[in-house]
Amino acid sequence: MVAPVALRVVRCGGGSLHGARAVFSADSKQVGLGPGYLLCASGDFVKMYSLATEETLRLMGGHADLVTGIQLNPHNHMQLYSSSLDGTIKLWDFMDGIPIKTFTVGSKLLALYTLASSEDSVFVVIPKSGERDTFQLVSVKLPKGAGQDLEANELSVVLDGVDASPKHIAFGREAEYVASVKDINLQVYFFKQKQLHRFSVSAVKTKSGNNRFSCVACHPTEDCIATGHADGKIRLWRNFCHKKEYTFSTLHWHHDTVMDLAFSVEGTSLLSGGVESVLVLWRNESDCQKDFLPRLGSPIEYISMASDGTLCCTLHTDNRITIINSNLRFSRSIQGLIKSADIKTGLVVDPRTKALVLNGEPGHLQFYSLQSDQQLFSLDIVQRQYIHQAGLNQIDLVKVAFSPQGKWLATVEEREEVTDPELQLKLWFYDEETQSFKLNTRINMPHEDHITDMCFRDMDELEDDSLILVTAGRDCVFKVWVMVEDTDPEAQQSVSWSCDFVGSYHNYQATNCCFSEDGSLLAVSFEETVTVWDSVTWDLKCTFCHPPGKIRNICFGRLTCSKYLIGATDAGFLCCWNLLSCALDWSAHLNILVLQPDPLSEHIAAVSWLSKESSLFVFKPNEPRPIYIQRNFCREKIQLAAFVPRDEPETIGSEKYLWLRRSQLFFLTDTQELITLSMKSLEERLTPSSKQLAVEESLPVTPFSLLLGKHRHQQSQEDIDLGRVFLRNKRAQDSPAVKELLHTPAHVLPSASFLCPIFINSLLISKENKSAEEVADEVEMESEKTEDDSDEERDVTEMKQEDPSPVELLGEMTCKLSKSQEKELRKIRKMDFSWISAF
Amino acid sequence: MATYKPVVVQAAPKLGEKITQDTLYWRGYKTPVQIKEFGAVNKIHFSPVSPYNYAVTASSRIHIYGRYSQEPIKTFSRFRDAAYCATYRDDGNLLVAGSEEGSIRLFDLSGRAPLRQFDGHTKAVHVVGFLSDKYRIFSGGDDYSSNLWDIPSATEIVSYSEHTDYVRCGCASKVNADVFITGSYDHTVKLFDARMKSSVMTIDHGQPVESVLLFPSGGLLVSAGGRYVKVWDVLKGGQLLVSLKNHHKTVTCLCLNSSGQRLLSGSLDRHVKIYSTTSYKVVHSFNYATSILSLALSPEDETIVVGMTNGVLNVKHRKPEERKEKSQKRQPAYRTYVKGRTYMPKQEDFCVSKPVKRVLRKYDKLLKSFQSSKALDAVLEPPIRLYTPEVTVAVMQELHRRGTLRSALAGRDEKQINLLLTFVARRVIEPRFTPVLVTVADMITDIYQPVVGQSAIVDRQFLKLQEAIGKEIDYQEELLEVLGMMDTLFATFTQKKATYLDEKKSNGLTETTETNTND
Repeated sequence: MVAPVALRVVRCGGGSLHGARAVFSADSKQVGLGPGYLLCASGDFVKMYSLATEETLRLMGGHADLVTGIQLNPHNHMQLYSSSLDGTIKLWDFMDGIPIKTFTVGSKLLALYTLASSEDSVFVVIPKSGERDTFQLVSVKLPKGAGQDLEANELSVVLDGVDASPKHIAFGREAEYVASVKDINLQVYFFKQKQLHRFSVSAVKTKSGNNRFSCVACHPTEDCIATGHADGKIRLWRNFCHKKEYTFSTLHWHHDTVMDLAFSVEGTSLLSGGVESVLVLWRNESDCQKDFLPRLGSPIEYISMASDGTLCCTLHTDNRITIINSNLRFSRSIQGLIKSADIKTGLVVDPRTKALVLNGEPGHLQFYSLQSDQQLFSLDIVQRQYIHQAGLNQIDLVKVAFSPQGKWLATVEEREEVTDPELQLKLWFYDEETQSFKLNTRINMPHEDHITDMCFRDMDELEDDSLILVTAGRDCVFKVWVMVEDTDPEAQQSVSWSCDFVGSYHNYQATNCCFSEDGSLLAVSFEETVTVWDSVTWDLKCTFCHPPGKIRNICFGRLTCSKYLIGATDAGFLCCWNLLSCALDWSAHLNILVLQPDPLSEHIAAVSWLSKESSLFVFKPNEPRPIYIQRNFCREKIQLAAFVPRDEPETIGSEKYLWLRRSQLFFLTDTQELITLSMKSLEERLTPSSKQLAVEESLPVTPFSLLLGKHRHQQSQEDIDLGRVFLRNKRAQDSPAVKELLHTPAHVLPSASFLCPIFINSLLISKENKSAEEVADEVEMESEKTEDDSDEERDVTEMKQEDPSPVELLGEMTCKLSKSQEKELRKIRKMDFSWISAF
Repeated sequence: MATYKPVVVQAAPKLGEKITQDTLYWRGYKTPVQIKEFGAVNKIHFSPVSPYNYAVTASSRIHIYGRYSQEPIKTFSRFRDAAYCATYRDDGNLLVAGSEEGSIRLFDLSGRAPLRQFDGHTKAVHVVGFLSDKYRIFSGGDDYSSNLWDIPSATEIVSYSEHTDYVRCGCASKVNADVFITGSYDHTVKLFDARMKSSVMTIDHGQPVESVLLFPSGGLLVSAGGRYVKVWDVLKGGQLLVSLKNHHKTVTCLCLNSSGQRLLSGSLDRHVKIYSTTSYKVVHSFNYATSILSLALSPEDETIVVGMTNGVLNVKHRKPEERKEKSQKRQPAYRTYVKGRTYMPKQEDFCVSKPVKRVLRKYDKLLKSFQSSKALDAVLEPPIRLYTPEVTVAVMQELHRRGTLRSALAGRDEKQINLLLTFVARRVIEPRFTPVLVTVADMITDIYQPVVGQSAIVDRQFLKLQEAIGKEIDYQEELLEVLGMMDTLFATFTQKKATYLDEKKSNGLTETTETNTND
């Protein structure tokens, strides 16, 4: 091992996508791209998605703070401008993911606009120096220097007193004017006349909200400005080049704030969206001709149109991107980690798919794949229509637990009500046929009050019949639920769940529950006390207490440490009790927020929160000294953590990180960003295949490019051939025949019977190749004698050097070759092996 | 993009009898026909051949009834004293019956006078039957003997006197022509083989055996006696398979249905219980007016005939299979129906699937378009309100969840308020509806407080609601009192039980007392 690598904190999902409007890559027909790409600001990054596969193709990082605006370069459709709060504008070549230039502006940039008419300047919103909460729209002249990092100091103020949100400024037709809204004022600035017109609506406060402006959009071909208001009205302003004779008409459908507006490319229709999560299409700017695309899942934050008008996309507050056809049909959605209002379920790992499971859409459970950064599927738990309206008290999912093999899923949903909460416990069975969970039992009001914790008995070796579910509630009891076989042989379901035991302790609220590894003991915490119960007879075995503070988390040790019980209290203590001696083994003064045992090893991760910084401690219960400490690894408050088992144990050299061998640790911050600890760099983590795909797709397919591609391919294969000849079957997959087979659209392919022999042939190890190896063998035979000598020599050298790197070895070896051998080698090198790869 | 999700109507588990396939099947009988016989009906036997007449033995007569006749088709009355156990032969031509005087008579169905008379029993013969070769008759008498008779010569072939009490029931094997069984009041069931000199198997039932039955396969034997019905595996040498104790008086008769899937038992406790022969659980039961002595099921389960101690014959006929009401809509012609169905998509075809149209209920449609008041109106329509109140309550709950319940309840006229209040007053005491309906009642009183006193009808309904709630509160208080009393009882009970168990242990008694699980 070389230098010890430090663990890096890597963000791997979540975050917020709604920094700015998404941008479609330029018209696919013009540039000859595939179906095109979608570019999105996501935290400090710019993400590029493929519209065909919904995959994240590229993550462009470089900004030091939140990206606030992205715009295509109007003069080069393959380039993208991005602005960030760190005060820089970056120009990207998004096809290759390379930053071309960085312009430093100096002050925070809050929004970015580009115009086709202005050659070398862009418009940004920056805070006015010296004043708080006032912003101005300035145009920045981008210098044409040679270097990568350039200073852009030439700022000229266009408008003063604008709002910081990028939705509050829009540029009019052919960049003749710019419209900006703030509170109840609309300003229109005409560039040519250098005139500023101000209009305002009378501030009316109705019960549905006030009529402040919330967004603005300009008609692409006419002099018309559409403004959205907080009371749900849309106003269309015309004739605003006159200060007095301006007119406006009103469209009203939304019952809440209009979040964004967008005109279609021709300007014939207007799209609007809001909290109702309904996309409304207004035709001909009239109130009666409108179409709806309802139930998009969550409030619409931004609407953007593709430049050719075929697609439009909506960015939602929960980070979902919905792509919609021009005829207002839902096309597809790009969804990573869905952001939900409050993650009450915790981070749970699905034992079957190894996906992270947590609250998704309201009332849904999302299964999030960590490998592909995509949502695998969303399970509808509540099964009720969600009404997107503020102030409604709707049923939400609060607890989730999986049985050890993932066969059963238990969910708790509740509706906060002042008088009596509505509670439901649902048990779902995994149906192998449909590959999804099926509702088995629904229990109304399993507890009188909120359920605080829930767990399955974790017993691997036992039959599924012995499965036990324990729920702890604020009604001072914990309940044990067991599976009951239905006696009627003709009944539809053979099993259902029912309550078996109700336990309580001194009328304290039950807060946590946890089974030991072998399932023989159940620990339930009642406020300040931890009680340990026998899971067969349900007898109270012993109690533990660490007086100041209530128990926040408990967990049992695993494997060699199974005799320990760990508990964290809200008074800031981490305690470890020995179950054999029933005594406190050690305790530490730490304000632990998250306590997470690794299911595959003895290690337990604890995240503490002290003075605005989170620290991670990894320890084994049998030794009070932590194995690993990372202080201040994250500024945000860590809300949840989960160990996700790796598919295969990773080889980790350093003793210090052995705890990461079997499973990976993921955290969720309170801004719902998913972070992990990794020793690999970001580039390594991105799958190389997707990168390659992006490049290949970007190349226009011409006969010449095909030819060139083949040639390049051969070259690359030659290199591989010289290095290793073994990896034949792997290479077969990227043989041109197979590749073409896979990349050609299915409807233009010849029949399968015709393709089959080609395909099979490509998989075979060709005979010619073998003969080539034989030839090589013969060559070697000729020089056998001399080679023997050199072998001896090499052995000697190896003996001498204890730790030679392979490159050095190779170098030494070649220089010690005899002259005749060198000749042979040259001969071999001269031989054309390119035909090998052609087959 | 999600589609509209209909309102979830909470299905509460139905208390009481579960509706299964069996209940539906066994309920499919018409109201019974009652026929008065002269005495207690001790045997009913169906002719195995069509038209499935049945012979009813009561007092000194044997009546043959047709399928739907209420008057006997034929009567055999040549008995001086009581006749017993009139049984058809397999071909339905001959009938044999025992009698109180000890003779067995064989009748031809077409004639009146007995064809043969078998004398040999010294006391009453309560059980006779044909062996499956049709030429021999077995019988059991109160003289403790079981005999075998030859029909053509009318002579006794063999006589077994192994029972030590009255032989009151018996059955011949359908598989083997030489095997028959008899059950006796000496608590045993004996299996005889005509080729052997003595019984080949003895099974101890434990109570006087009232009825025995062999399964068509001959492998299982069912015996009834006392309160028990026991099933034995004959092939395993008479091992007890299952013991059923579902009656609370003596079980008098047994019967299998035509498919052999269900076992029926009739008892003096006035019940007929139907068991599944796979799980041996009661799947259905019938109630009768008086104690049941005999029971028979016609082939295809067409008719259930039950004979009682008071001489009443209860005949139930199966309802004809319900034909699905042909809808008045004209079906599309076959040609249109078939059109395009057989088309196989070619390789270059694009398949466009037609979207499935989902049918929404009326209230769901209204809720989908956010018309709260109309949705509430829709679920207050009589059929929904009266027969599926859970739907009404579910919609009310949904409206409450949407925050529009108040506006949906407001602005109603006298008639509608009356209707709403009637519904609430009637249903508010049902535990599954209480949480929602209390909120509804709360809102109604809130909204319509100003107009109280303007309408007599509404005022009356308010009073009714108050009364209903007051009653419920009293009721709950009483229940709590009972619960408290029971708690104290239970507390003392558990203590006593603990000491009792201790005593038992000290005495060395390990026998566990049988708990009474009878229904």
